[in-house]
Amino acid sequence: MSERIPVTVIGGYLGAGKTTLVNHLLRHAGGRRIAVLVNDFGALPIDADLVEAQDGSTISIAGGCVCCSFGSDLIAALRALAQRAPAPEHLLIEASGVALPGAIASSVSLLTRYACEGIFVLADAETVRARAADRYLGDTIERQLRDASVILLGKPDLVGPAERADTRRWLEGYASVVEVERGRVPAELVFGAAAGGAAGSGFARTPFVHPAYDSVSFQSLPPLDAQALAASLAAPAAGVLRAKGRLRGDDGAWTTLQVVGTRFETSPAAAGASDAGLVCIGLAGCLDRGAIERAIAGSTSSAALSR
Amino acid sequence: MHTIYCARRILTMNPSRPEATHVAVKDGRVLGAGALEELAGWGKHELDERFADKVLMPGLVEGHSHAMEGTFWRYVYTGFFDRMDPDGRTWPGAKSVDAVIARLREASDALKDPAAPLSGWGLDPIYFGSRRVSREDLDRVSRERPVGVLHASGHILNVNTKALELAGLLRKAVNHPGIPLGADGLPTGELKGPDPMMMASPHVGFDREVLAADELGLRYFGKLCVRKGVTTAADLANLLPQEAVAMMLRVTGESDFPARIVSLLRLQLLSGQALIDRALELRPQSTERLRLGIVKLVADGSIQGFSARLRWPGYYNGAPNGLWYVPPETLREAYRLALARGVQIHTHTNGDEATELVLDCIEEALQAHPVRDHRFTLQHCQLADAAQFRRMKALGMCVNLFPNHHFYWGDQHYAMTVGPERAERMNACATALATGVPFAIHSDAPVTPLGPLFTAWCAVNRRTASGRTLGAAERIDVATALRTITLGAAYTLKLDSEVGSIECGKRADFAVLEDDPLEIAPEKLKDVRIWGTVQGGRLFPAGHS
Repeated sequence: MSERIPVTVIGGYLGAGKTTLVNHLLRHAGGRRIAVLVNDFGALPIDADLVEAQDGSTISIAGGCVCCSFGSDLIAALRALAQRAPAPEHLLIEASGVALPGAIASSVSLLTRYACEGIFVLADAETVRARAADRYLGDTIERQLRDASVILLGKPDLVGPAERADTRRWLEGYASVVEVERGRVPAELVFGAAAGGAAGSGFARTPFVHPAYDSVSFQSLPPLDAQALAASLAAPAAGVLRAKGRLRGDDGAWTTLQVVGTRFETSPAAAGASDAGLVCIGLAGCLDRGAIERAIAGSTSSAALSR
Repeated sequence: MHTIYCARRILTMNPSRPEATHVAVKDGRVLGAGALEELAGWGKHELDERFADKVLMPGLVEGHSHAMEGTFWRYVYTGFFDRMDPDGRTWPGAKSVDAVIARLREASDALKDPAAPLSGWGLDPIYFGSRRVSREDLDRVSRERPVGVLHASGHILNVNTKALELAGLLRKAVNHPGIPLGADGLPTGELKGPDPMMMASPHVGFDREVLAADELGLRYFGKLCVRKGVTTAADLANLLPQEAVAMMLRVTGESDFPARIVSLLRLQLLSGQALIDRALELRPQSTERLRLGIVKLVADGSIQGFSARLRWPGYYNGAPNGLWYVPPETLREAYRLALARGVQIHTHTNGDEATELVLDCIEEALQAHPVRDHRFTLQHCQLADAAQFRRMKALGMCVNLFPNHHFYWGDQHYAMTVGPERAERMNACATALATGVPFAIHSDAPVTPLGPLFTAWCAVNRRTASGRTLGAAERIDVATALRTITLGAAYTLKLDSEVGSIECGKRADFAVLEDDPLEIAPEKLKDVRIWGTVQGGRLFPAGHS
């Protein structure tokens, strides 16, 4: 069985910066073959300089990437995408402004070729609270925020410090919050950072360094219970926004671990020559290395025996 | 040379001359309606007495249907109520799960290819009590071939085990709110909502392409129109790619195609700007029997699917509020551009909150472009209250209400979706009339069967399937209902100067009836027998098989 295609759902209301984020990620794809699904091509969803060609509902993008519109048939679009050769290495689904990103993630889960890794919901610091209080849109905005694994707070510099802090606190009631300007999040936050090392594993990439973020990585990990580890890393106390790991269990089977905010998933991975490894990313000053080490220690088989 | 038809009675809908005994037809148009001696003044004629014992009405106008109704008839009808197919055969309602299975099995046995999919439609297990249809039920039809049955609402698909397997869903740990699991941890075969349905629908013969009307479907639809006395039908809505337009132009252009199709352009894959550009590109391609250039938008979902947007206090059974299908910004942009460029828009709103939002958006767009006679129309608009009808009137809008719902789902609306009080105000025809909002009534075929006289019966009697009169105060009289299914619907399509009444200069479109709808008891209005139609002066007997 081929490995599952990781999927990230990008939600948020109109003007929150979804398209800007998608284009930023395409520019920082780091050689990944990314596919993008958008609801429609109302306005061209891809920056003109990235577009190589457009053929109906498919846009070819520099670097082997592609963007397709799915209209009202997400399932058919996902099936068609999985048939592409070579298959995409990561799929971004840009939800429409009124869509519930959690519902999209549920639908993605129906196709075993895909694994949804996270839901990033964008919020505009200037307007999100007013929208959430809007008589028509309020409940839709709240449902979108509730679906988020991580909330990306855009335009934080355009509001005063008190309002910014206030909005942040309010959003933290829904999910972890990361402030972003013009969609400039480190691509590793979405795609996960290189872990495990060896070529061919899909993880061999440059180490993650970013002034606003901390990261910790682990190599040559002993056999671990991936599910238990993922759950611990997704607990807010660890300060982990994104973790990606390639782990081996007691039975020798390999597993991919994905954590985005409070959402986590493990899925079977192909055996490879690479080492077991894990990379965790969090905001600078928030990532708790000690907590992560305890989580690892607590997920070894000896810990499981003593539980 | 022209033809003068004499009839038992002609109900013209022309307020200046409401009744006549004769109608003169020339070149597909009405030369005049009146007495024989008056019409003889037009010169040499031939008197045709074939309708001497019939009643003529203007050809009926269905303001909201889908040509897809024609497409569905190639599948097995499994609905609870009797329904007539395009060849005039009435399929008796399947009154139990066993009856549904038996009918499907008969169709399955007739198929030669053991792997060919079998598709059914019109299932409404709401009438089978709390019993859900399961994959085991449909396995009794066949274990070898994929079997899928679409519910009447169009929002749920039931499949057998084989179809689940082909869809990749015959596995444990499927985790989706639209896919209930059985005691064995496997899906029960009920697939709710677009994404779960699309997992299986291509495997059970419900390809998306097929669900849009194709050539055969359009021909079937034309035949159904004849049987129901319909000479003009709105197809709401179609993505109208140029290939589909070419096919529709060809088919409707054939000399024996019996109806005028008004096909509305649906918003998808288009910005407001591109949508209006496309509508204006389509409009000049219109012909006598294919009218293009109106746009359809969809604001929310359906009430019985709990996806309609309701105002406070929401659903009677406590279900969470429904979904917006497009952002308000998209509606505002489309309305603004359409008003500025003279394009008409019909908007689907089911819940009263969706109606309120659309009224707000149109009011705003009208402030920027105070266009007269735009006839922007709310489609379904089932839950509107009196204040909303007053706003529609003030904004120059039309509404097309859906009284068939009272019969098919009225009992469920009363008990479950919106509760007694709001169920009684649903599709408030009398309020629309009293407020002076121009209105039509519709079937939304294939959701409910095409048949304006049945729809009129629903508006006149407001009877539910269990026999309850739901909202007696909102009933309208028969004469009003008949005007609504002719001129009323024509007005919402901006066709009232061409069709909707029998008078000098208009199209020679007639519904030819065996019974007089004004003489028959109002509770029998749906039973009026239909001989067929005259469309553009051409005769279309329905025939009986």
